[in-house]
Amino acid sequence: MIAGRLLGRGMLAGCAAAALAFLFARIFGEPQVALAIAFEASRHAAEAAHHAAEPELVSRTVQASYGLLTAVVLYGTGFGGLFALVFAYAYGRLNLWSPRALALLLAGAGFLTVVLVPDLKYPPNPPAVGVHATLAFRTATYFAMIGLSISVAAIATLIGQKITQTRGAWTGTLCGAGLFIALIALVQFGLPDVNEVPDGFPAVVLWRFREASIGMQLVLWGTMGLLFGALATPVLADRTAPSRR
Amino acid sequence: MPHPTSHTRARAIALPAPVAIPVQALLPWAVFGLVLSVVLLYFVGAEQGAISLISGQEVHEFVHDGRHLLGFPCH
Repeated sequence: MIAGRLLGRGMLAGCAAAALAFLFARIFGEPQVALAIAFEASRHAAEAAHHAAEPELVSRTVQASYGLLTAVVLYGTGFGGLFALVFAYAYGRLNLWSPRALALLLAGAGFLTVVLVPDLKYPPNPPAVGVHATLAFRTATYFAMIGLSISVAAIATLIGQKITQTRGAWTGTLCGAGLFIALIALVQFGLPDVNEVPDGFPAVVLWRFREASIGMQLVLWGTMGLLFGALATPVLADRTAPSRR
Repeated sequence: MPHPTSHTRARAIALPAPVAIPVQALLPWAVFGLVLSVVLLYFVGAEQGAISLISGQEVHEFVHDGRHLLGFPCH
């Protein structure tokens, strides 16, 4: 039952963290989305542009409020669940840290492997950036990048743990981190590049959009880790073995 | 790491050590949680984009801004 309680609390923590990430995205992300759509509209004023000319199924106001909130909450809840499962397995296995410290460590690792490393190869793009014809290809490579990033992190952690047993935590952690960087460099070198920024797209909008995207993810994962640590502590209160009784 | 909490010292001063949850107890919840989370993430990240289980564009358009800002490829 303890795993189920952790799973529920993880999803709750992810959902609450998503509310905060939504505020961040709303303030810093939406203005850049609006600028990107304005660029797209001015560029394709004549032809039927995806956003501007087609009859809108969902209004911009709804997309930027309830739509964004729903997307971020689903995302936060989903990753909150996965995060709780990884935590439930790592607790008492990865290290002997308290639930709060372990949760923060794993949230950092989650942000790094699920968000930052994939974004280095395939950065988030605003509307108007990206050719529709390559969507399937871009989706496949993006998810492959996330899968490979998680796999490489798991391999590096296992090998780092093995080295820790014989050489100590300092050497083990450094070896694991080094292996992670080397394998990620290899993977990112091997995967195909995507270069679909249209001519004349404002560089500042692209940069600000990506800043907002990564910042929002940082808010999400950071809050989720802190909140989950607090929520998991009472659940795990009796799962400790004092070395003297 | 500060010195009193280093691995070996922590045991010496009898801090409680976490006890791992057995894999058998974890597995059913892991399967349930994995399926649930993947469904949630699929609808945010890919439905009516590269793959379409539901015809139309409503799901895509509704989560449009979130999909862009969360870093998923979107049209």
